[in-house]
Amino acid sequence: MERIRDSQLAMMPIEFKLNGETVVGRPDEPIITTAKKHGVDIPHLCHGGNQRSDGNCRACMVEIKGERVLAPSCCRFPTQGMEVTTNSPRALTSQRMVLELLLSDMPEQEYTLDNRLTQWAGKLGVKKSRFSRREQPKSDLSHPAMAVNLDACIQCTRCVRACREVQVNDVIGYAGRGDHSKIVFDFDDPMGESTCVACGECVQVCPTGALMPARGVGLQKADKTVDSVCPFCGVGCLLTYHVKQNKIIFVNGKDGPANRHRLCVKGRYGFDYVHHPHRLTRPLIRKPDVRKSADFVVDPGSWSDVFREASWEEALQKAAEGLKRIGEQDRYALAGFGSAKGSNEEAYLFQKLVRTGFGTNNVDHCTRLCHASSVAALLEGIGSGAVSNQVNDVANAELIFVIGANPTSNHPVAATWMKNAAKRGVKLVYADPRRGELSRHAWRFLQFKPDTDVALLNAMIHTIIDENLVNGDFVRDRTSGFEALKENAKNFSPEKMAPICGIPAETIREVARTFATARASMIFWGMGISQHIHGTDNARCLIALTLMTGQVGRPGTGLHPLRGQNNVQGASDSGLIPMMYPDYQRVSTPEAQQRFEKLWRTALDPEPGLTVVEIMNSAYDGKIRGMYIMGENPAMSDPDVEHARAAMAKLEHLVVQDIFLTETAYLADVVLPATAWPEKDGTVTNTDRMVQLGRKALQPPGEAREDLWIIVQIARRLGLDWNYEHPRQVFDEMRGCMDSIKGITWERLERDSSVTYPCENEGDAGQPVVFQTHFPTATGRGKFVPADLIPAAERPDAEYPMVLITGRQLEHWHTGAMTRRSGALDAIEPEPVASLHPLDLEKIKVKPGQVLSVESRRGKISLYARADAGTPRGAVFIPFCYYEAAANLLTNPALDPYGKIPEFKYCAVKVVKGGARPSDPGYGKGRTLAELYR
Amino acid sequence: MKTKVRPIPKGRAVDPKALQDVQALLGDAPRRRDLLIEHLHRINDRYGYLSAAHLAALAQEMALALTEVYEVATFYHHFEVVKEGGRAPAALTVRVCDSISCELAGARELLGALKFGNEVRVLPAPCVGRCEVAPCVVVHQNPVGNATLDSVKRALERKQLSCPETSYIDYAQYRKAGGYKLITDCLAGERTREEITKIMEDSGLRGLGGAGFPAGRKWRLVAAEPEPRVMAVNIDEGEPGTFKDRWYLERDPHRFLEGMLIAAWCSGVGEIWIYLRDEYAGCRQILERELSRLKAQAPCALPPIHLRRGAGAYICGEESAMIESIEGRRGMPRLRPPYVAQVGLFGRPTLEHNMETVYWVREIVEKGAQWFAAQGRNDRKGLRSFSVSGRVKKPGVHLAPAGITLVELIDEFCGGMLDGHELYAYLPGGASGGILPASKADLPLDFDTLQPHGCFIGSAAIVVLSHKDKASKAAVNLMKFFHDESCGKCTPCRVGTGKAVALMEQAKWNQPLLNELSQAMMDASICGLGQAAPNPALSVMKYFPHEVQ
Repeated sequence: MERIRDSQLAMMPIEFKLNGETVVGRPDEPIITTAKKHGVDIPHLCHGGNQRSDGNCRACMVEIKGERVLAPSCCRFPTQGMEVTTNSPRALTSQRMVLELLLSDMPEQEYTLDNRLTQWAGKLGVKKSRFSRREQPKSDLSHPAMAVNLDACIQCTRCVRACREVQVNDVIGYAGRGDHSKIVFDFDDPMGESTCVACGECVQVCPTGALMPARGVGLQKADKTVDSVCPFCGVGCLLTYHVKQNKIIFVNGKDGPANRHRLCVKGRYGFDYVHHPHRLTRPLIRKPDVRKSADFVVDPGSWSDVFREASWEEALQKAAEGLKRIGEQDRYALAGFGSAKGSNEEAYLFQKLVRTGFGTNNVDHCTRLCHASSVAALLEGIGSGAVSNQVNDVANAELIFVIGANPTSNHPVAATWMKNAAKRGVKLVYADPRRGELSRHAWRFLQFKPDTDVALLNAMIHTIIDENLVNGDFVRDRTSGFEALKENAKNFSPEKMAPICGIPAETIREVARTFATARASMIFWGMGISQHIHGTDNARCLIALTLMTGQVGRPGTGLHPLRGQNNVQGASDSGLIPMMYPDYQRVSTPEAQQRFEKLWRTALDPEPGLTVVEIMNSAYDGKIRGMYIMGENPAMSDPDVEHARAAMAKLEHLVVQDIFLTETAYLADVVLPATAWPEKDGTVTNTDRMVQLGRKALQPPGEAREDLWIIVQIARRLGLDWNYEHPRQVFDEMRGCMDSIKGITWERLERDSSVTYPCENEGDAGQPVVFQTHFPTATGRGKFVPADLIPAAERPDAEYPMVLITGRQLEHWHTGAMTRRSGALDAIEPEPVASLHPLDLEKIKVKPGQVLSVESRRGKISLYARADAGTPRGAVFIPFCYYEAAANLLTNPALDPYGKIPEFKYCAVKVVKGGARPSDPGYGKGRTLAELYR
Repeated sequence: MKTKVRPIPKGRAVDPKALQDVQALLGDAPRRRDLLIEHLHRINDRYGYLSAAHLAALAQEMALALTEVYEVATFYHHFEVVKEGGRAPAALTVRVCDSISCELAGARELLGALKFGNEVRVLPAPCVGRCEVAPCVVVHQNPVGNATLDSVKRALERKQLSCPETSYIDYAQYRKAGGYKLITDCLAGERTREEITKIMEDSGLRGLGGAGFPAGRKWRLVAAEPEPRVMAVNIDEGEPGTFKDRWYLERDPHRFLEGMLIAAWCSGVGEIWIYLRDEYAGCRQILERELSRLKAQAPCALPPIHLRRGAGAYICGEESAMIESIEGRRGMPRLRPPYVAQVGLFGRPTLEHNMETVYWVREIVEKGAQWFAAQGRNDRKGLRSFSVSGRVKKPGVHLAPAGITLVELIDEFCGGMLDGHELYAYLPGGASGGILPASKADLPLDFDTLQPHGCFIGSAAIVVLSHKDKASKAAVNLMKFFHDESCGKCTPCRVGTGKAVALMEQAKWNQPLLNELSQAMMDASICGLGQAAPNPALSVMKYFPHEVQ
């Protein structure tokens, strides 16, 4: 109660005098803010944005009657009757002197068009400084994305606060003392050699240009700015493109609900792929004599060996004809892969095209490869595959449990909210076989053995039952099946599971206890949970933990599977999955079928379609003969990719729509040049269920066309009577069949940029926290589904003694098609690497940086060794984005029986010293940046 | 295409050997962040410097970011960071105090003369708190008073590297003489908090660190704040010319400890941190030993008492900077409000006291408020411990009536001026308190009496200058000191002190500019360091303008 009173008190208006005038302020609003509202601009340099004010620059000093010294108006709060003067000779003397002192140490040259120091000096009439200049430090140009020019540094520490308090990357420090104090990276290392993750938050806040994007970008003036959404991961950061002559020159974080101005290296510096010379600018048709094979060598630079250019008319005609011909023979011989990288409208139209044009449900996308098992468990347990609470709800949690995820690399901005919370004292439990950066912030880090998720989680479930910490009311009123869970849990005491999962029983008990008894506990998970043949079981355990403790339906609680791609939530919502229409209406239920038959005015197939890996197997067997793939790259992303490539090579007709000649496009008969994200309008839905508007910022290159237009053209040539001209028309149709977004209008998206669903009525705020009173299941109850221990499909043995874990790295996204063509991202991680524990490397006598070979029963690759003490002993971690060392040549296509997700996180390999140096795929390897410098 | 393969994750890999070293050194000690400086000391003591490998290992061990360790390590004088490929410092360090009293006594010439080859490194150092034996040279941890080239050489040759023991009243002696009876009575309920606090208020005892806040009132203020409350005792005696805290600690440490316990009890404090400057290695030995004796044979229930070691930073004498340092951070002052009594150490209401302030508590309670208040001269009340140095015959700590004039102090307590020296000027309050001319040697020396003259008494560090000295030269020494010791947080102090030194090193000062700069430094600096830094310069322009025209 007291806290409420205090917070209310802090908002009660009070009156104080500002330069003689009575003004109304608030005890929680600094004087500088109130003054600005009243038209009084007080100079300031170290204060601004969403940062904590530090009051160190002292440019904003004001006189407060009765006080011995001046006060910094950015850090002082008014009290009733206070008399503040901002423009007295005394205040102005200090304001001007501070500016003059700082100005005296500025370099001659500017690094930014927006230097706040020179601007304020100009406003206050401070001209040349009367003091001598300090000895200037050298510039540090070691980082590919950012330039450090500390000669322009005024030590305001905004970058320190950005790095430490906002993003919590903890790279920048303020070292030394007095006027030797210096902004440093790690141990005063060159930025490019430090632990800097290049989120660029420091650049965004630097008031004088001491930290700027590399290569003089700060001195370029944009023609226009366009607000949009980041095209990379599922966090859904809003951003602003700064465009000059149809080129993006830089990107800033916008005040979006998921990111609050924050971005990561991909969002901020990974935009230039759109300008890469490899962009497809004309439709391509495969030369008749070029054979398709699984062992092709990609070289996008010499595309003309394989393809010839064609007009749109010819290409579309050929694309559609091939599909039509096969479909007329056997509609089940056709399939389509849509994309989680496209918009909701594209996803919706694509699945509609497959369902109504091909006449089957053989449509899927890469959600199958990431969270299919999570979604299967969630639908089974609580009736909805979407997250229950949004990421930044961690602010309301008392405990955050992150398992099988590496958000600092894969959801960097989401991770910042977790780190912010941990910094404030929220208990972060981080469970993962690999020690990621998040572990440093964890209250407990559980480095459990790979593949033992169920052992660990069942031991937690056991503890909660054993120690009488079950939320009986919640279990009674809102769940079913608890007895079965209880019975099952008997076999999983922490003491018994400890040797299996490698976590001491007492630690398991402590974590379980704290999870159960915390005021609010929230679970996050990633592919580490889902990409196992027991992925669905893993997720079932997490759901059980939540249900048995009642940690759901309130702020700071719930279940959050972290979505990997910008629109993986939206693509699934939009029906880009073989067993469901939009909004998860099952194709096998007659009501849903009738609803969509009526809406789409055509008969629909009640048979659920094939999933991604099933389609590939089917193609390999010659049953699927024609495919339309939009913006996906299964030739890199599928497990046992040699098999997938062979399958696609066997297709009679393959149409690929993409922005680059991807590994998949290499196997196509027709390649349709599409638009990159900044070249089109459309909505995407992030991991938080926020529907967000992407806006067109650029004209596409050459003859590249918007994806929506291409889908419509194909549809029309398949005989569909489609007339969509703008995504808004598609979105309106979607609202008609998707209750969850029914209340979201295009106009509102244009105004607000972001709306959370469920939003069933126009004007609804949207629900950040769902399941408050019931679950969207038939009974309204959540269901416990017990899980048993199932070992990975392929365990290490004498021949293949190590475990391969695949995943992503911070700079590269998915198969690398975009990020490896982005200058800064590629320059930071240009080469394929395998991370091993240093002692494991020592054992095979490989020095860090040397070449090693990794072989499984399905393939063999060679790449560079990286010594990483965070990798568990006996395991090797390889990102799957490198064509020249494609991790998926090794992975095991064994599937989870429910989610049909492959076991990317576990297969047996052997690692030996030596091997061929990774080849050059014709892009990446530092090439783009080198071109920029040239 | 030549590209960079990253053989390790971004940044540094932790060297397993260095990690072992650090783990061995830290042993069972908690890895809490607030112990960072303590842990840095362990490494620095053991190896003589902090290698990048050890720092990276320490960061991992403490779950800190590399930069969090580095920025703290590089803030303090006594830590030596050596990066990969860098040269380790000489095994032995000799520090020559070059602060005002020692400079008057020839420290600069001595510094130039001390050369001992590659094995010994000779560094200038800010005030080491032994101004009564200026010039002072510290050989490793052994302070050599009235140092000469020969005496320093001798200490080195004889490997006399640690601070010699002083004889003091130890725990047994102190108890035998009635020590700890008062606190025992308090805890037994024989005295009330109200009664003791009232005595403090009536006595007029004020904070003797320099700010002069009434002690009794401070106890009441803190006691009124919500629990848990903590106490932080400031023995970071770094103000040039000041050595009274050391003086008392070297003689009667338990009198201080008992006073501290009584203050803590009156304010309802549950845990105490004592922050001792690293220069006082001898005092540290005494305190460590006597605290363990006290804890081993506790006369009464004791709150947890932590002794923390500074690492060479004048600014940590500033109360909020000291709190930051105790928390294991860079010693940079906090903005106020909120005041430390409300939000202080670890965010808790904090009773912050100078060591000497609580040193007087027992005697005042035993002898009565009136006894203390009745001391004093020229209408002033109480006693002051003057640290006197410079051109007098008997420098040292002189306990004298508050309000005594400089002339009286020199004549009655200091044996007069040194032969051949005539009073020319004096510093009434160390480096910060300004400089007064001989014509103002009849002012009562106390809190509040010197402000009209642009000066203040602060910690009562009196440095006496003679006609052979120059006030302007002293002012340059002091401004350089502030420049070296500025923490670097706020612009007026960080940049201003350096620009002021440049102006003051000119034969003819640009007085209008220096005045303008001084005004901004006094008005706009965050803490007392920057606010007081211009005082000597302003004094020179006011009282000794002939020197700089």
